[in-house]
Amino acid sequence: MSDNITQIAYLLGAAILILGLKRLSGVKTARRGNQLAALGMLVAVATALVEVGKIDYGYVIAGLVVGTLVGVVLATRVQMTSMPELVALFNGLGGAASALVALSVMFDWLNTSGEMNNVSDSMGVSWTISVVASIIIGALTLTGSLVAYMKLDGKMSGNPVLLPGRHVINGLVFLGTLACAGYLGSQADSASTTTLCVVGVTALSLALGWLLVIPIGGADMPVVISLLNSYSGIAAAMTGFVLHNNLLIISGSLVGASGLILTRIMCKAMNRSLANVLFGGFGAEETSGGGGGGQKGYTTVKECAPDEAAAILESSGSVVFVPGYGLAVAQAQHAIRELAEFLEEKGVSVKYAIHPVAGRMPGHMNVLLAEANVPYEQLIEMDDINPEFKNTDVAIVVGANDVVNPLARNATDSPIYGMPILDVDQARTTFIIKRSLSPGFAGIDNPLFEAENSLMIFGDAKGVLEQMTKDLREL
Amino acid sequence: MMSEALTSSFFVLASADTSLLSELTIFVLAVFLGFEVITKVPPTLHTPLMSGANAISGVTLVGALFCAQTHNVTLANILGFLAIAFATTNVVGGFMVTDRMLRMFGKKR
Repeated sequence: MSDNITQIAYLLGAAILILGLKRLSGVKTARRGNQLAALGMLVAVATALVEVGKIDYGYVIAGLVVGTLVGVVLATRVQMTSMPELVALFNGLGGAASALVALSVMFDWLNTSGEMNNVSDSMGVSWTISVVASIIIGALTLTGSLVAYMKLDGKMSGNPVLLPGRHVINGLVFLGTLACAGYLGSQADSASTTTLCVVGVTALSLALGWLLVIPIGGADMPVVISLLNSYSGIAAAMTGFVLHNNLLIISGSLVGASGLILTRIMCKAMNRSLANVLFGGFGAEETSGGGGGGQKGYTTVKECAPDEAAAILESSGSVVFVPGYGLAVAQAQHAIRELAEFLEEKGVSVKYAIHPVAGRMPGHMNVLLAEANVPYEQLIEMDDINPEFKNTDVAIVVGANDVVNPLARNATDSPIYGMPILDVDQARTTFIIKRSLSPGFAGIDNPLFEAENSLMIFGDAKGVLEQMTKDLREL
Repeated sequence: MMSEALTSSFFVLASADTSLLSELTIFVLAVFLGFEVITKVPPTLHTPLMSGANAISGVTLVGALFCAQTHNVTLANILGFLAIAFATTNVVGGFMVTDRMLRMFGKKR
């Protein structure tokens, strides 16, 4: 009877989570959706506490308190520029938690099974597979996310690390993981061999997560984070199979699906297949240096000072800002908004062109600009803004490079060929605010910098934008 | 090795009890549901959606609560404690930071 009530409570929790996720995908309803999802989670956790029954709550309370404190501190302290790092870290924690649950269940079985026998004989093959899958996916999500975190945070170089024979190494590690799992399920019949197999599966999966992400370049992190997000959901669903808990299965697979959707959107925005992102080693020496790519240097770059740029802006009627990753690094989102507001006051039409992979995670640029109070009606998606560039007086590229590189349109041998780009070269004048002429993540030259109507403004994005605003005021 | 794997996978199917089958059904249907619910997300919401979904993946906390329940200090309990701490960080931090972002979208100039 009471079992039925807990099942119904879990179902209620799952239904609220689904409604929350649904509302989270609409601009107007998103905030309520997130709160609703949090409520669903509360229902689920409360139900679980009731189902666990009267126990010694020492560990439970300690874990909840520690987790809440760390979560609150991280969520309130994080800079919006560092959102990708935080999401990567949370993905890793979610994966780790799922793997730990599975490990804990396994060791609990070892502890209590008394008369020792094989785990799948005792608990069933499907249960054993669920436990092992949960450990593998959770563990590789942990280390993969940590590598992504370190690459995003600059603790590790964003360049792809290509080990010689990496596909062979990865394949062997994966086979080793499966071999340990297979031996665990079919042969292991003592506590020591079982423990050894479990430790082997865990260690090899941890290594695999690390190996799979180190060859992926910094520019591809949006795809990797989305995919790891999906994995953390799948790992949670697997623990649902282990514990026979439908709520875990449902919410885990929802997250798995949403992560996959975002992964697909990101891949499409870069015109690359998922396989190419994961195994291609994009941006490393083996792809750059082709005839249409490579770095040959520039000959006819025109430079321009902020006050000259201000004079041009003074007489223009329409301006489109094109923010890129460099804007985030320079923390220039407030400076760009101030310039935009000043122009608007003078009657200039102002828009922002947002490339789908601008920033370092899906939608990152929107968040940064929202933080700076830019109204989201002014943020225009790539497909809608591209036809407008030819009627635009000035396009101002701030810290973006590969996403405005015209080579993507017609240089078939370029590594970025086919990637959808923002057509800033069609504007009457294009300002490019950049620290130097150094290449973007793809490691190739950008002919835009040498184009007839392009003017380079060298310097820190924040400083240059502030100077331009100041010069405009003085005109 | 190969034949062993094959035999055991047949064994799984043959021995699949009703609970596994209904759990698989729920899993597959929930994945489809996820695709239906989340299609057509505006790019503005990609980051909040991901961090919100990320918080939901911390639902594994529900599983973790079952792992730390005895008084004895065992490996299983310590792993359970860590699982609770990690999952709680994920849930609390994830929902809070998502709310922080969405609050920014809502505010007027």
